[in-house]
Amino acid sequence: MKILVTVKRVSDPEAKLKIKPDGSWIQTEGVKFVVNPFDEIAVEEALRIKEKQTGEVVVVSIGDKVVTEQIRAALAMGGDRGIFVNYTGAYDSYDIANILQKIVEQEKPDVIVLGKQAVDDDMGAAGFMLAELLGYPQAAFASKVEITDDKKKARVTREIDGGLEVKEVELPCIITADLRLNTPRYASLPNIMKAKQKPIKEVTVDALGVAVKPRVTVKKLTEPPKRKGGVKVESVQDLVTKLKNEAKVI
Amino acid sequence: MSNVVILCELKNGELVKQSLSAVKAGIDAAKATSGKSFLLVIGSGIDKAKEAAARFGADGVIAVDDASLAGYTAEAYASAAFEAIKTQSAGLVLATTSAFSKDLLPRLAVKLKAGMVSDILSIRTDGGKVSGFTRAMWAGSMIADVEASSEVVVATVRGTAFAHAEPVAAASPVTPVSVKIDQSTLRAKSLEIIEHKSSRPQLADASVVVSGGRGLKGPEGFKTIEQLADLFGAAIGASRAAVDAGWVPNDLQVGQTGKIVAPNLYIAVGISGAIQHLAGMKDSKTIVAINKDPDAPIFQIADYGLVADFAKAVPELVDEIKKVK
Ligand SMILES: Cc1cc2nc3c(=O)[nH]c(=O)nc-3n(C[C@H](O)[C@H](O)[C@H](O)COP(=O)(O)OP(=O)(O)OC[C@H]3O[C@@H](n4cnc5c(N)ncnc54)[C@H](O)[C@@H]3O)c2cc1C
Ligand SMILES: Cc1cc2nc3c(=O)[nH]c(=O)nc-3n(C[C@H](O)[C@H](O)[C@H](O)COP(=O)(O)OP(=O)(O)OC[C@H]3O[C@@H](n4cnc5c(N)ncnc54)[C@H](O)[C@@H]3O)c2cc1C
Repeated sequence: MKILVTVKRVSDPEAKLKIKPDGSWIQTEGVKFVVNPFDEIAVEEALRIKEKQTGEVVVVSIGDKVVTEQIRAALAMGGDRGIFVNYTGAYDSYDIANILQKIVEQEKPDVIVLGKQAVDDDMGAAGFMLAELLGYPQAAFASKVEITDDKKKARVTREIDGGLEVKEVELPCIITADLRLNTPRYASLPNIMKAKQKPIKEVTVDALGVAVKPRVTVKKLTEPPKRKGGVKVESVQDLVTKLKNEAKVI
Repeated sequence: MSNVVILCELKNGELVKQSLSAVKAGIDAAKATSGKSFLLVIGSGIDKAKEAAARFGADGVIAVDDASLAGYTAEAYASAAFEAIKTQSAGLVLATTSAFSKDLLPRLAVKLKAGMVSDILSIRTDGGKVSGFTRAMWAGSMIADVEASSEVVVATVRGTAFAHAEPVAAASPVTPVSVKIDQSTLRAKSLEIIEHKSSRPQLADASVVVSGGRGLKGPEGFKTIEQLADLFGAAIGASRAAVDAGWVPNDLQVGQTGKIVAPNLYIAVGISGAIQHLAGMKDSKTIVAINKDPDAPIFQIADYGLVADFAKAVPELVDEIKKVK
């Protein structure tokens, strides 16, 4: 079974971010970058499927040269090989889906796992756009994935409003990972060393035949108004008095 | 001029209240651009929803009502929505952000060759055209001004950023669009929905939310804050840490990667106030924090902070509120 998994390079969720003086984007100097946490979960799930089914895990990332760090991180977790799509510039989720479509057509994976959202832009669209482009079924927000014994379907428990849904999709399919799908493994030192030898193929968007033309672009970033803190109350009675008389919520 | 189609979410054949945020956003955007607004309802046996959707002053309701659409899948509903939207020259397609719309709209966007913008906070119109949107990025630490260049734009609408549409006297005309989905071509099937039965309001609907975090130490801690929630008819929420620990169901998570809420009163108990949590509740009208650490970041945004052990403070609070209520 071949499993394709995507990793996006995003700023560390813990990082304190600043906007560039011209407002065009965040300042990236000195900011730590990591694998999108949801993509880490996706990599872990891909590895678990492989460990049960045998096969191969192929890791894809799109961006400039630095994203190979995130591919290596996924290879250190246990991915078999990487594909680095070299592209510098702005893109939107549709572009990512267009690029991934070409990769999928070349690689013909049985299962494609992505994060449910990238935690930098919180767009949450690339995976489902890819599914539609390919005409594949999708299982969004997965918290449990089982491949059926005949290896023809995936039975996915997914997180929906007010509960869970069990959805069955035929392979090949798209799965997007939610937080509770698994706990990603740490890469051991020997595996980090081993990952350095694993192959990463570089391709360009031109070679893939994709013209990147973002339909959606960020024009300007601003910081939202800061919410001002209020007061610390002295006691429970004090709190109740204030909630009743000031906030008027009781 | 471009028309706006608002996809409504239905549950058991009825309109879900949160849809009314997108309805409001869409009707207003249509008015500002001299376009027409249409509410789209999809399902099987949905007469109630058709009637309900006709009450908000849109120029029309498009109804796709077919037995082949009983039970939701993104695959089937994206096709149905596409067929329906084709009947209008829509420039903008909206739905309120939810698990349903996040699953469905990106697929629909590709069918429409449309750019997709998620969880918008506002729509800007200029010279009779929709000229841009704002949305939060990086866990709400930045607001982005976003433009879309495609002829059609698909967007999810943050429920807390738009008021609900109000009913009007005149009913909108309902136009049926006939769509039959051949289930055998979908390669996807919903096997089961496991609902969390709860007598409490949904997080998105509640005017008071009482949330618990790791500081509650376990599921018993949530029992304690439930007594507080009972006094207000409040919804229960949780931090990621509490959900990860398995103390409460997953869909109670409030935050960047969970639910975004903005109730009249939000009470955070044993929650430190990580940016990812704040992203989901910092627009609440009044915020109360109970935390035993005086330096917890949650106090920087709380209107009223109480430094205390929840196990002692919450039962006391319940008693005191009962006295004055
Ligand atoms: C360094 C940087 C600078 C940027 N500068 C700008 C700018 O100046 N102006 C502008 O308009 N936009 C810019 N963008 C792009 C833009 O903000 C978003 O990244 C874009 O909207 C795409 O959303 P998404 O598909 O990543 O999100 P989602 O749909 O949330 O992503 C979902 C999943 O898709 C996969 N995925 C997404 N992207 C990649 C990727 N690159 N490689 C591998 N997998 C991926 C991941 O698995 C991810 O979990 C920049 C992006 C980066 C990384
Ligand atoms: C990709 C990603 C996405 C995330 N998405 C979300 C999200 O959507 N929502 C979310 O909430 N988090 C999210 N997080 C996690 C977030 O970063 C924090 O880790 C999390 O919010 C912490 O939860 P907490 O405040 O309950 O726990 P902690 O940070 O451990 O805080 C517990 C608090 O309880 C207090 N406490 C302890 N004992 C008591 C007592 N007896 N009485 C009173 N107070 C007490 C402590 O002083 C402390 O402040 C995300 C993280 C990542 C990386």
